[in-house]
Amino acid sequence: MTDLIPVIVAKYNYWLYIVLMMIGLYAMIAKNNLIKKLVGMNIFQTSIILFYVSMGCKTGGATIPIIQHGLGVGHHAIDPAHYVNPLPHVLMLTAIVVSVSTFGVAVALAIKIYQRHKTLEEDEILAQSRER
Amino acid sequence: MKTAGLIIVVLAGAILLYATRDFPPWGAPDSPASTHVSPRYLQKSMEETAVPNVVTSVLADYRGFDTMFETTVIFCAGIGCFALLRILRRKPEDRYYRHIATEITLHLKGGKLPEKSREFERIDTLWTPYDLIIKTMCRILVPFIQLFALYVIAHGHHSPGGGFQGGVILGASMILVAISHNMRTAIGRISEKTDNLLMPTGVFIYAGIGTLCLILGANFLDYSGLSTILFSGPIMARSHGIFGVEIGVGITVMAVMISIYNNLASAGKQDEGL
Repeated sequence: MTDLIPVIVAKYNYWLYIVLMMIGLYAMIAKNNLIKKLVGMNIFQTSIILFYVSMGCKTGGATIPIIQHGLGVGHHAIDPAHYVNPLPHVLMLTAIVVSVSTFGVAVALAIKIYQRHKTLEEDEILAQSRER
Repeated sequence: MKTAGLIIVVLAGAILLYATRDFPPWGAPDSPASTHVSPRYLQKSMEETAVPNVVTSVLADYRGFDTMFETTVIFCAGIGCFALLRILRRKPEDRYYRHIATEITLHLKGGKLPEKSREFERIDTLWTPYDLIIKTMCRILVPFIQLFALYVIAHGHHSPGGGFQGGVILGASMILVAISHNMRTAIGRISEKTDNLLMPTGVFIYAGIGTLCLILGANFLDYSGLSTILFSGPIMARSHGIFGVEIGVGITVMAVMISIYNNLASAGKQDEGL
């Protein structure tokens, strides 16, 4: 137990994202309402985004990935340790867009399901489709 | 079901938590993610593309294909919502009109009056009297929001921003019009036809700039090939090419946000929303 605490303190960010991710996964598996499942999916995606952005972080005074005094000074050596990793930011910029797109299409499907079955509860929809 | 789900979730979480033992500590500068390709981007971005914001140069230049197909993904999402909600079956609509002088409400099943006349105005099903403060504030704010969105798109080379962010702000400004007034006002500003034309226009601009590079003798999406028509060096041509691509992304994102909102909020009828 004593050697577990330093491990958690050094990597508590990963622990938090995994907890968040599991909350989303549980909502997707166990919730009965389709909108609640979608909210779970969004929580899951958000945890992935947080995970990636935290991977790009660098301790020791690194700043945002915009080169300072970039224009007009001419060539000067750029130390990568002064700027955080830009790659996860780029990947997550596009992942946010994908999450919006999936959420939009999923809500559109939920609207069609509601128009047809007049409910969004999963067990009632299953019962209705078994009757037919 | 709930217990089974809980067991699965706890098991998966425990495995993932165990796996964090092998992860690098938080913020380590020598972690695997920050050692291979990202230092090269940081060191060469100014030299090769003249764009200080490394996120923009990686997004639109080094990973240009990724972003192009990302734009296509949003376009497909817009088309998906349209196909699900707008094309499939449609029922005859109930319409409500309000007599302005006496405030009597008419309920018409089928048939229609003019959208706005001197005696009658069309109202939503759950109509409540207009809130003058909200309407006026939104009308004053929307142009400034759109100006800021254009700034975010155009200044993405030097500050945080770019096509995706600016496009979302532009779309949000039109959604604000739809929320504060009603959906018919917003559709009167940007009609459904215009919106659906703008959706592929952005993708077309992006792919068109790539094809233009191809025609001018460079690789697809290698903007340095544009230097002959932009009268600038190959490095500044890459900077300008990134800007053109960002405009395309912004147009598509704006149009898709508006289209998705209009279709979702009105369940595909596009006459009255939230």
